Amino acid sequence: MQQATTQSGIIDTSYREAVREAIRDAIKRDERVFLMGEDIGRYGGCYAVTKGLLAELGPERIRDTPLSESGFTGAGIGAAMAGMRPIVELMTVNFSLLALDQILNTAATVRHMSGNQCGVPLVIRMATGAGRQLAAQHSHSLEGWYAHIPGLKVLTPATLEDARGMLWTALEDPDPVLIFENVMLYNMTGKLATDAGPVGIDKAAVRRTGRDISLITYGGSLWKTIEAATALAAQGIEAEVIDLRSLRPLDDATIMTSVTKTRRAVIVDEGWRSGSLAAEVGMRIVEQAFWALDAPIGRVCSEEVPIPYPSHLESAAIPQTPKIVAAVKAALGRP
Amino acid sequence: MVEFRMPSLGSDMEAGTLVEWLVKPGDLVKRGDIVAVIETQKGAIEIETFQPGQIEQILVNPHSKVPVGTPLALIRAEREAKPGAPGAAPPPTAPTPPAAPVPPSPARAPVAPPSPRVLGAAVRARVSPAARRLAEERGIDLSMVTGSGPAGAITYADVERRLGEAVAPPERKRPLWLDLDAMRTAIAAAMERSKREIPHYYLEHQVDVTACEQWLTQKNAMLPPDNRVLIGALAIKAAALAARRFPAFNGFYRDNKFEPAQAVHIGVAIAIRGGGLAAPALHDADQLSLDELMSQMRDLVQRTRAGRIRSSEISDPTLTVSSLGTRGVEALYGIIYPPQVAIIGFGKTVARPWVIDGAIGPRSVITVTLSADHRVSDGHAGALFLAEIGKLLQEPSKL
Repeated sequence: MQQATTQSGIIDTSYREAVREAIRDAIKRDERVFLMGEDIGRYGGCYAVTKGLLAELGPERIRDTPLSESGFTGAGIGAAMAGMRPIVELMTVNFSLLALDQILNTAATVRHMSGNQCGVPLVIRMATGAGRQLAAQHSHSLEGWYAHIPGLKVLTPATLEDARGMLWTALEDPDPVLIFENVMLYNMTGKLATDAGPVGIDKAAVRRTGRDISLITYGGSLWKTIEAATALAAQGIEAEVIDLRSLRPLDDATIMTSVTKTRRAVIVDEGWRSGSLAAEVGMRIVEQAFWALDAPIGRVCSEEVPIPYPSHLESAAIPQTPKIVAAVKAALGRP
Repeated sequence: MVEFRMPSLGSDMEAGTLVEWLVKPGDLVKRGDIVAVIETQKGAIEIETFQPGQIEQILVNPHSKVPVGTPLALIRAEREAKPGAPGAAPPPTAPTPPAAPVPPSPARAPVAPPSPRVLGAAVRARVSPAARRLAEERGIDLSMVTGSGPAGAITYADVERRLGEAVAPPERKRPLWLDLDAMRTAIAAAMERSKREIPHYYLEHQVDVTACEQWLTQKNAMLPPDNRVLIGALAIKAAALAARRFPAFNGFYRDNKFEPAQAVHIGVAIAIRGGGLAAPALHDADQLSLDELMSQMRDLVQRTRAGRIRSSEISDPTLTVSSLGTRGVEALYGIIYPPQVAIIGFGKTVARPWVIDGAIGPRSVITVTLSADHRVSDGHAGALFLAEIGKLLQEPSKL
């Protein structure tokens, strides 16, 4: 789905700008698309993603809402059922809990409850993850929770291409899609083709190939995992890195192909360990690739504590490169 | 609790040196598992346990020499509950994780997360699913594979490596534990005792093995070189079948009494380069097909020369067969290995003018001898026993 980049230039951009460009492009491309959320208009978004969009696109398409997640998420659901293609921005996953009933009980179930008379073609974007010293109430990684819910699709763009390209594909989906943007990625810069456009959302991506172990991850942990793989390569261990991209549905085929090749797996997931997405991925590997395994499947997840405020404790609580390296070595029986 | 003791691997053995433990406390063992390596005058012997259960405690450290009968380890029998732990199944204890000791590092060196998998750790030899499947597909004996994975687990690559070895066996290096001087001392002691205590009598019988040779030529023509059957295998099979019919030659003379053996375990005399000799058992040789017998014999010879004999193979033989093969002389008169009561010798095959149906013709002939213990049997029985071997060799297809 990635558009060709011939005859076009490459620009330096950031994850934040890539998301903004995706919103601008979608709104311009389809008159049914509009964005609503808290502080997205006059303030420009709490992570400055929507800065400038109100002036450019007008208050009909960039709509500031009251601080009432349940209310405006419900309004988004209604608009979607009525034929619009709303993008609802929830400031962070932490506040999405106030809209959980709308997401779980309404958005995810309407197609079923209505006997397929109507669906909810809604996209909900939200920030997720720890690392900005926002303390225990504003640092959650609950995307794995949402991936538990049938009726939803859950996307975790980790690259500039996916930040730019996933939104449009999600808007084309006839059912609700949640997009989780890791807060630590907004400032990430890099090169992007000027004509970068929609990307597929149903396949995981192999971000690095290797023969010794499969590192399965997504979102903000992708870059820590790639860093770990680079460090391991210096020690003669070739790790394959898989970016899940979509947590629901999971692309089992890509996971199993990789694990069958490397015979080992470590899953890196910023969610808490117990009942995590990592647990689900690990179990699927056991179900589908047990006979290919050479070592117990490893996990690097967040420690099971409320995410601490102090920087060094926060850092120690979530997956980090040295922990990933250690887990890989344990799986390989290397000192 | 059962004591696992220093076994006696022959009546001449008084003490053994524990070389290596192949289990650690907490490991579950089943009957027949190899748990330790013991160095004796016969070389390094892999010791099996006959007690299934869980290794409770190691009592003797490697490199200690202890008398026969000394408890080496405690094994908790399968049904014994842990003290204070009601309930039947032996709970896999979570002892100190077998991870390599982490040196006290100054920084916050991240270690692998303390994972719940340690709970199921010490259940049995660790073999990864991938390795297990490959071994199954390719018929690799996992007990012959050394693990390189986490906590010594056998991985796919380990089995692959073993496959490579099996295809092209490396030039045998001098086994670490094969002490030929000690072995010579042991042979001396056993043979001295045999000649001092056992009143030998000797019989010889010349057997026409032309039929065997023809049958083997035909059979082997269709087999790859690795699977070809040698005449030595026919000889062992014939001896084993005859021993089944003549129990007075199969068993042990102990405490002034003959104890016939229930099974026929043929001790195969194997020369070791540099001047050693061992006669480990081919278990239930009378029950094996010729192909099985041949392949087990190959395995036994290879392991014996590598100094890797198992304890049961050393202590189990009920009757010894010594065969000179193609390079020897026409006849050998063996000395009985106590407490066995007979040894059968096969000379090399020679071409001889032979009278068949009143005419002289060339035939292949082997001289078969019997040395037997006169306390147990007499020459008459010995002659019938030897003649039976000769008769069996006339119809190789029935062996």
